Amino acid sequence: MIVAVASGKGGTGKTTLASNLAWSLREKEKVQILDCDVDEPNLHLFLHPVFEGKETVNIKIPSVDESRCDYCGKCADICQYGAITVIGNHVLVFPELCHGCGGCALLCPQKAILEIDKPVGEVETGSVNELAFVQGRMAVGEVMAPTIIQAVKQKINSRGTTIIDAPPGTSCPAVAACTGVDYCILVTEPTPFGLHDLKLAVEMLDKLEVPRGVVVNRWTGVDQIGLEAYCEEKEIPILLRIPFDRRIAQAYAQGRLLVEVLPEWRPRLLKLWDVVEWGLMK
Amino acid sequence: MATPIIEIMGRCRMGAYEMKELVIISGKGGTGKTSIVGSFAALAEDAILADCDVDASDLHLLLQPVIKDRHDFLGMKKALIAQALCTQCGICESNCRFDAIQGFRVDPFSCEGCGVCYHLCPQQAIQMVDNVCGQWFSAVTPYGPLIYARLGIGEENSGKLVAEVKKQTKELAQSLSKELIIIDGPPGIGCPVIATIAGVDLVLVITEPTVAGLHDLVRVLQLANHFQVPAAVCINKWDLDEEKSEEIEAYCREQKVEVIGRIPFDRRMTEAIIQGIPPVKYGSGGAMEAIQRVWQKVQNHLQA
Repeated sequence: MIVAVASGKGGTGKTTLASNLAWSLREKEKVQILDCDVDEPNLHLFLHPVFEGKETVNIKIPSVDESRCDYCGKCADICQYGAITVIGNHVLVFPELCHGCGGCALLCPQKAILEIDKPVGEVETGSVNELAFVQGRMAVGEVMAPTIIQAVKQKINSRGTTIIDAPPGTSCPAVAACTGVDYCILVTEPTPFGLHDLKLAVEMLDKLEVPRGVVVNRWTGVDQIGLEAYCEEKEIPILLRIPFDRRIAQAYAQGRLLVEVLPEWRPRLLKLWDVVEWGLMK
Repeated sequence: MATPIIEIMGRCRMGAYEMKELVIISGKGGTGKTSIVGSFAALAEDAILADCDVDASDLHLLLQPVIKDRHDFLGMKKALIAQALCTQCGICESNCRFDAIQGFRVDPFSCEGCGVCYHLCPQQAIQMVDNVCGQWFSAVTPYGPLIYARLGIGEENSGKLVAEVKKQTKELAQSLSKELIIIDGPPGIGCPVIATIAGVDLVLVITEPTVAGLHDLVRVLQLANHFQVPAAVCINKWDLDEEKSEEIEAYCREQKVEVIGRIPFDRRMTEAIIQGIPPVKYGSGGAMEAIQRVWQKVQNHLQA
């Protein structure tokens, strides 16, 4: 089973939930956890895995053999990203704009374009106390987050349970992380920002046809913004409410796991997991 | 003749007119960026406001804008296979680097609009069709004009839409002769962030005293440095973990990046958001006073 932990809004507690859930479950079953927030991967700060492997994620960018090039300009015509241009007897390639589609190399009439690897990030694999750990990390200044997320998801072991820590938002990186998962836990907070962005995330999951449940973080005991009414109307179960608690905030600040600092949270998370599994049972 | 001289003087003034762009980003989400931008908007007397978090824009929830006009935003075209012409040869599928074609249909979520399939199809069964991938809005708020946008769910081109928001904001600022643009930025360090910070006068990074806050701050400062944009740091909720705050300050000293603000944890920040009011308009003292001091320093930085 593959479960993504996502949220429209950043900073709602995705990483807290994903790390503590995986940590609690690992004693029961075979679990792996994937950090797909490749812009800002934070899961390792809480789980401290030992990394054993590292792979570079590359895209293919053009390299022009000017001895064969007749400067016809076809490559520049077909490139939709403005990543290659011909000025007089020069071909200029802008690697940071290239999406690696391969069109220029395929369609060059002179076969003057080769493709070379350009690193855009890396995927690291490791483990911590029986918990398998995979993370993607985009290189600073790069933009191909979905490619790196897909490389991380290649590491999914279909025989066990996989928990994915997804990036925030609802655009291509979030979609890349949540595509093909069995269930998605949406973490939100009871503020207008949290609710607004939760609605966007639900819209995304509607399009991806992924079943979902909600976890409310920093719960204050009163719903001032209509979060519960929204969930009821959309028939989304509220799986858990995590109260606003300075001890939880402090554990997070120091990179400590909630279930280690406040062990009473472990059974609550395991119960949440039961509810998710039960909800998926046919 | 007098008229041309006045015209020339007018032009000279135009030339001397200097517009500043301030961007507020955070790397990590949830550090309080939008609450602080909303407060700056209320404190700035004569600024144009923009929200470049086109994926999950929230600033409008604080500023209560009235939309003046809305515009469709066209992203990259997407491939579409005409089933009547398709002979199911599979050339498109095997050459698509984005795995966007399966069963002779294009998955619009995965299609990056490169057009390789369109060029290669022997039957010319593939068209590239326009794709409205979002909207941008021009709006009026009590604190000044606001340009913001909404990217369609699951769409690409967030960077392009950000560039459009910035372009529209700049044009508006020029036409109104406004001297300051305040921009709320997106989380992360990817394409929308790069498009947001490109060419601005100051990037203010809002961080928080947590391990994740520091980790993400490091990457955001690397990004600002990579694109040679001046940066300063503000620590929000700094008293939640004073040791971590000190660690952040030490890192900034080492990087020669100035920490221009320390905002204490204040529950009224959340209360203000729940009421839909910029925090500085909601109360005084505590975090609100700290935000006003940060605003003073930001202005000094911009004038330097």
